[in-house]
Amino acid sequence: MTIDPVNFAAILAMGALTYFTRILGFLVADRLPKSGPVRVALDALPPAVLVAVIAPIVMAGPIEAAAGVVVLVLALRLPLIATVAVGVAVAALLRFAFL
Amino acid sequence: MTTPLADFRAGLLAVFPTVAAAVPFALILGQQATAKGLTPAEMLAMSSIVFAGSSQLIAVGLWSTPAPIAALALMAFLVNLRHTLMGASLSGKIAHFGSLRWLAAFLLTDEAWALSERRALDRPISRTFYFTVALTMFVCWQVASVLGTVFGAYLEHPEAWGLDFAFPAIFIALALGFWRGARRTGPVLVASAVVAVAVHATVPGAWYVIAGAIAGILAAVITAPREQATEALAGEATR
Repeated sequence: MTIDPVNFAAILAMGALTYFTRILGFLVADRLPKSGPVRVALDALPPAVLVAVIAPIVMAGPIEAAAGVVVLVLALRLPLIATVAVGVAVAALLRFAFL
Repeated sequence: MTTPLADFRAGLLAVFPTVAAAVPFALILGQQATAKGLTPAEMLAMSSIVFAGSSQLIAVGLWSTPAPIAALALMAFLVNLRHTLMGASLSGKIAHFGSLRWLAAFLLTDEAWALSERRALDRPISRTFYFTVALTMFVCWQVASVLGTVFGAYLEHPEAWGLDFAFPAIFIALALGFWRGARRTGPVLVASAVVAVAVHATVPGAWYVIAGAIAGILAAVITAPREQATEALAGEATR
């Protein structure tokens, strides 16, 4: 149960820069105009970020793509937890069957 | 109007699937950290001070003795730069948090952000809701990543159980909530997905999230009708 000082310095440096990325958006947003193109851009930001995170994972292979489509359809009907549980099960079954 | 108790319960309900997705990830992180010679105490320090999953996992992959401080810090900055976009979007929606915003920023994760943005579509984000979600994630992350340093060896092939798919499944389900019709949301989704996949395939690192997000935002601005800005403001007043 020891902490090496060099390791701790690395952890602190990572933490400081990570916190900087987290407050930077808050600091910038306070100075942005609240209408016009900037407003349109901020409204579009949540779906744009979500899709950018998801797309490469889902396009990684046919199994991921198929499981992604299943989740998409299920999410229209089921609550989040059920959707995720079935999505995970489908991914596992497809991998078990085809890998 | 919602009561703090109702917000607390809504927060717990919302965060439950994301905790279930994050715990296996944290266990693997702990196991990998042990393999690199990091102690449980160092794992706890990293999970509580950095508290950002993907950057921690990549950091453990890069770790050597002595630790390459500058490379690790720069990597963490680049991988977590997407938080800047998330913070910019969330900022106005939690302006009423006052100085607690700086704590909210420390606890900002992809999951807490996505759940809060989804919540903000229906009603204002209360302090109780946000901190229930964010602190639950924080505590579970500490516990699971430290447990991973002890028990992680038993969880070597999580992808065989489909556990790695929990994270994209949550995000797909949440993304659906932002659908505003093919005309408004269609260009955002297509631009973001195409650019993210292209950059992911060609550029190493985590640039694909930033590139995809910026492409989606630009598509929204370019395809927005001139009057949409005023519509958006009017829509907010009546919502």
